[in-house]
Amino acid sequence: MDRWGLESVTVRIGGTTALDGVSIAVGVGEVGVVVGGDGAGKTTAARAIAGLVIPSAGSVRRPEGKRVGYQSSGSGVWPDLTVSENLSFVGAAFRIGSADLARRTDQLLAATELGSARDRLGANLSGGMRRKLGVAMALLARPLLLILDEPTTGVDPVSRFELWRLVSQTAADGTAVVMTTTYLDEAERATTILALDAGRTLVVGTPEQVKASLPGRVYSFDHDVHATHQWRRGASWRVWSAGDPPPGGRPVASDLSDVLIAAAMAVDDEEAQ
Amino acid sequence: MWAMVVKEFRQVRRDRRTLAMMILMPVVLLVVFGYAASFDVSHVDVAVMGPAAESMSTQVPDRLVVDRIDPAGGRDEAVDLLRRGKVVAVVVTGGDSPTILVDGSELFAARAVVQAATLLQREMPGLTIEVLFNPTLDTSTVLVPGLGGLILLFVGTVITSLGVVRERQAGTLEQLAVMPLRPRDVFVGKVAPYFGVAAVDLIIVLLIGTLLFDVPFNGSVFTLALGSVLFLFVTLGVGVVISSVSENQGQAIQLALMTLLPQVLLSGLIFPLSSMGPGVRWIGYLLPLTYFNQVARGVMVRGAPFDSLLVPLGLLAVLGALAFTLSVARFRGFLGAGEAHRGGGA
Repeated sequence: MDRWGLESVTVRIGGTTALDGVSIAVGVGEVGVVVGGDGAGKTTAARAIAGLVIPSAGSVRRPEGKRVGYQSSGSGVWPDLTVSENLSFVGAAFRIGSADLARRTDQLLAATELGSARDRLGANLSGGMRRKLGVAMALLARPLLLILDEPTTGVDPVSRFELWRLVSQTAADGTAVVMTTTYLDEAERATTILALDAGRTLVVGTPEQVKASLPGRVYSFDHDVHATHQWRRGASWRVWSAGDPPPGGRPVASDLSDVLIAAAMAVDDEEAQ
Repeated sequence: MWAMVVKEFRQVRRDRRTLAMMILMPVVLLVVFGYAASFDVSHVDVAVMGPAAESMSTQVPDRLVVDRIDPAGGRDEAVDLLRRGKVVAVVVTGGDSPTILVDGSELFAARAVVQAATLLQREMPGLTIEVLFNPTLDTSTVLVPGLGGLILLFVGTVITSLGVVRERQAGTLEQLAVMPLRPRDVFVGKVAPYFGVAAVDLIIVLLIGTLLFDVPFNGSVFTLALGSVLFLFVTLGVGVVISSVSENQGQAIQLALMTLLPQVLLSGLIFPLSSMGPGVRWIGYLLPLTYFNQVARGVMVRGAPFDSLLVPLGLLAVLGALAFTLSVARFRGFLGAGEAHRGGGA
């Protein structure tokens, strides 16, 4: 089975290393999620898979020809075209027959609940609607590989749920999906997670592998303990320790958020040493 | 207030292109204007024809430079020579008295000839002066064909220059890059609507020129259409190249205006090329409006035959090919990364 993605890819933009030996592989029916904070390298990873930046090292695997769907972080919608015209342009560029295009357009507009906005200009859509249209455009030509760059940023919770349902259905129908996000709850639903920090791989694997990858444990406190590796979590404080448990701390079952924060601290420690 | 001043200075300092334009443009304009802005024609090429051509050639004023002498030629040959734009005036001898035929489409040169010939009439009372193509030496007759070119230039370069920048600012350029579109498809798609609009603009300008300002249309519609298509190709290509090297719409407009201004001043549209200093005249010969102006003025005012305009038409074709190649190369730069990776390993 073909697996698409990055293999030890390094990307340099200007004098900065935007990606440093990053790998992710996603097969048919799978959803790979790239997570990380601002400037982590998520968009560069998506652009590298889409072929929009040339890596200085490593290799990129993508399907042959035009079987790639891509939504840029800016939604990729033409603001001065209507919803229908945006889809129609993409359909024409991918040479989709008119009957199939009409059928596919109806299907995607229904799935994204944009049917009532068919004649609205892209510029007049809300941020969430524009992103949903961007996803619909990327899906139009039934790609083998779908790359979505932060498709759910700024989208309301209900629309996020609908988008995820669409993405899951697309994967189930035989597409490999790579998407970037800042929402860790979305990463929980992925087949593969790639967590980035300043262009480096923090951790990569299935959600279970990622959770299991954390050295040491995370402890909870109900007050500030001024530990080196602590962070606020709701009303409590979390402390990560790779060695002895901190006195008074209550060990907790780490979720993805805890693991990724602790992993970033572990990398910082390594670098400091 | 101080905070605002500091902020503006910081922004201006970082917009290096605007800063360069603010400092360099006045200097460039002054130098170019200084050498180009002249309506004075010091020398005019003329021909002398007819049985007394040899003796007449020694009597013409110094300002008129005899370019050719043809004792076998007559009035028909003289008119043909003028129509083809080979010389600005022809002295035709034979018959009772000589006649000086002047090409009225070369406004300032023609005025210089008429002035010199009027003085010559004192010594040669029988000499008659006949201005062809633009008998009243009307300015609008000469300017309107070139103004059509200027409007094409505006639509072609200034408006088109916003096209790619708009895609980049909207973030849709990346969408184009992952679509199965070839660079030349993107170029043709980008320029096609502007091409249509500019063609309609040109027709309107020429209709208004002929109907409202009585500008003649003496030549072939086909030749003018061909010249216009080639000229549009150059201007649209330049617009796309400007757009592709600009980061935002403001930069694109600045660059487009920087290509527009020299064409207005140095193409022969306003100031005759022959009056310009050699230091700036050569720039005029690099500009597409120079050649469009020659074609439009030649076709409309003089009724110049197709073969006499082959040089400007050919040069427009060369400039068009150059602009097209540059535009497609720029698009290949944008879309090329996608091509390089399509279908496998990097």
